[in-house]
Amino acid sequence: MRTSILGATVALALVTGSATASEGPKLAAQNWSFGGIFGTFDRATLRRGVQVYNEVCASCHSLKLVAYRNLGDVGYGAEEVKAIAAEFEVTDGPNDDGDMFTRPALPADRFAAPFENDKAARAANNGALPPDLSVITKARKGGSDYIYALLSRYAEDPPADFELSDGMYYNEVFPGHQIAMSPPLGEDAVEYADGTKATTAQMSKDVTTFLVWAAEPEMEERKRLGIIVMIFLTALTAMLYALKRMIWSDLH
Amino acid sequence: MTTPTWTNPIIKWIDYRLPIFTFTQHHLVEYPTPKNLNYWWNFGSLAGVVLVIMIATGIFLSMSYTPHVDYAFDSVERIMRDVNYGWLLRYLHMNGGSMFFIAVYIHVFRGLYYGSYKAPREILWIIGVIILFAMMATAFTGYVLPWGQMSFWAATVITNMFTAVPLVGEAIVNWLWGGFAVGNPTLNRFFSFHYLLPFIIFALVFVHLWALHVHKSNNPVGVDMKGPQDTIPFHPYYTIKDAYGMGVLMLVYLAFVFFAPNFFLEPDNYIEANPLQTPPHIVPEWYLMPFYAILRAFTQEFLWIPAKVLGVIAMFASVGILALLPWLDTSKVRSARFRPIYKQVFWLFFVDCLVLGYVGANPPEGYLILLGQVATAYYFLHFLVVMPVLGIMEKTRPVPDSISAAVTPGGTSGKEDT
Amino acid sequence: MTETATTGTPADAEKSRRDFLLVTTSTVGVVGTALAAWPFIDSMNPAADVRALSSTDVDITPIEVGQAITVVWRGKPVFIRHRTSKEIDESAAMALEDLPDPETDADRVKKPEWLILVGICTHLGCIPLGQRKGEPKGEYGGWFCPCHGSHYDTSGRIRRGPAPKNLTVPTYAFIEDTTVRVG
Repeated sequence: MRTSILGATVALALVTGSATASEGPKLAAQNWSFGGIFGTFDRATLRRGVQVYNEVCASCHSLKLVAYRNLGDVGYGAEEVKAIAAEFEVTDGPNDDGDMFTRPALPADRFAAPFENDKAARAANNGALPPDLSVITKARKGGSDYIYALLSRYAEDPPADFELSDGMYYNEVFPGHQIAMSPPLGEDAVEYADGTKATTAQMSKDVTTFLVWAAEPEMEERKRLGIIVMIFLTALTAMLYALKRMIWSDLH
Repeated sequence: MTTPTWTNPIIKWIDYRLPIFTFTQHHLVEYPTPKNLNYWWNFGSLAGVVLVIMIATGIFLSMSYTPHVDYAFDSVERIMRDVNYGWLLRYLHMNGGSMFFIAVYIHVFRGLYYGSYKAPREILWIIGVIILFAMMATAFTGYVLPWGQMSFWAATVITNMFTAVPLVGEAIVNWLWGGFAVGNPTLNRFFSFHYLLPFIIFALVFVHLWALHVHKSNNPVGVDMKGPQDTIPFHPYYTIKDAYGMGVLMLVYLAFVFFAPNFFLEPDNYIEANPLQTPPHIVPEWYLMPFYAILRAFTQEFLWIPAKVLGVIAMFASVGILALLPWLDTSKVRSARFRPIYKQVFWLFFVDCLVLGYVGANPPEGYLILLGQVATAYYFLHFLVVMPVLGIMEKTRPVPDSISAAVTPGGTSGKEDT
Repeated sequence: MTETATTGTPADAEKSRRDFLLVTTSTVGVVGTALAAWPFIDSMNPAADVRALSSTDVDITPIEVGQAITVVWRGKPVFIRHRTSKEIDESAAMALEDLPDPETDADRVKKPEWLILVGICTHLGCIPLGQRKGEPKGEYGGWFCPCHGSHYDTSGRIRRGPAPKNLTVPTYAFIEDTTVRVG
């Protein structure tokens, strides 16, 4: 009975799992530095990702849940964080005259949004709303593999029988294949500070890693603590099992 | 049971005025428990442990959560990012919900298999059904709080069920919402209910245990305890067994929390609620999927009752009917070990629930509509026809005279599934 | 955990092994539970975003001699007083032995004309009066706490009343002649 219930539960998990994964084109699973239970974010990749986000994505997409101070976790020093923050203007106020004003961002500020509000964002983008990217990899089926594929799998020419609306682009993985975002990462869209060649694939991978970090900044601490807790609990459970065997032994 | 005499004067003084020590002695230490309980009997106490974890994490999460439509989503993400160990508390709470239902569903199926609902444990069982209802209400209100897309649309779809009530349906729904759509008043009151209900569950658990301790635990052979030869004291035998079970549960639970924290969650709930756009595919949490399938199984009116009303009634009835099971099951024998046909029927019913879960997880298209309807029909058929008829028709195997006779080598025993 | 009398008596070696295992397991379990309490307790400590907001910049040009302003720093009021030369002299001249909490004025200011204090009475946390025109400044020309009658002088030192300590001087720096960064 025990095995059949276990089997059935596993079957249920597989059934529901396959049910949720069955839609959309197949995503190639990338080899991410943060994958697996021991995975951590590759710092060089993250730094390049910050650069891609700031130089390309940030002109349309906000990252409103992340603060500049968080870049300290990526490996930037306090002064570097200040310098990055100071490149952006944020609204503050009201001042003593009752007016709002803009000032250079400080490390404690959240990433400056490119648009005042959603309506302004739509107005500037042909009616489409560029989503906030703070939790984007948690908010899409397929997570990082999906974002990577979305960024790197545009098709110059849509299939012959596909009707593409004006101002839209054909994307292989976007639901419905029509996306309002133009291919964002053309070859050499950025000039990497560390000299890495800025291919579309390279930039897509870097910025996706950055976005996974932005969505799950706790991931490294979570896994580190998790491993310690699992080792501790395994030992405790083994001891409890031994004790249980010992205590019950005088019944048999 | 004897009344213990306490030698420590302080304990003696307190116990004379408030007999908590005597109570503990009777109900946790000496408490006579069948000697043959298998590991399926662990899941009641495991559910209790998860309930305590849920209440503890919930109280601390509420300190950093803001129940307002403009701030709820961001306040949850602030918990994840800025509050010290906030991510741990939230992931414990989020996955704890799933663990709670896993433990409770196993607990319920164990009761079904071994006939734990039968006389004299009917009220014990009915309180359990009420706890299950309260858990579902708690889970549903809690799912709304992060104010993601699934939160909002789950709230909308589920509250809209009440429009099925004739004449006053619309008024009831506006009353539930505190407005003309799910909005800030709805979020606020759902937070209030979500905080209140777990304490009601906690109280119900006490009543559940009270009823349990009157006639004590059922056991795998389903015959009553007849004397000391059938029992062992709860402590240390079952305290250590429960502690070991807890270790295993925590290993599974924390593996999800630390390494796959969003396994049970729909990605759409990381998109902030948008009242103007429904996600393409709305699904409830996994533990409600079978009931969701039953809700959707009704596609046509019947006897002038609209399909919507039928679906809602059927969904509530699918849980409520469990409360009638003690009378719908006419068999004199408790344990499925001695009911060869019921044992098959039990597994058929279990598979039926899995099928309903699968149907509930997927869009109602093509063959799934018919499959959902057949599975729903069988669900009710199981309770309303199979159980009463089987109890009368089935030829049961001989039941052992006592627990000790069953577990002693050579005695009649259904040892195969311990 | 106590052994109940109903169980049989195991051999002595067996019993001591069992007792050892019982004690170790209980210890590990208790330690684990205690450690698990820490995330709950720590979640109530100031969060990362709160800790990050640790400094406030204040433009002090509009404050005339003899005037004071109150700014908010970490949710607390901070008094910034532009002292008159009379107030500066009085504070400097005060003999230490007459003070309940002896401190020289020079130790409490970076520039004598600017006195910067956390505006919270060291008794039980009320905000002393004396910032605005017309408010009582107490018998020593500084501040007066209306809750329990503590008097502070023009250096923010406690002179009379139940408060045990002088008003706290926050960490601050003049980043320009006209701007103070508190924190």
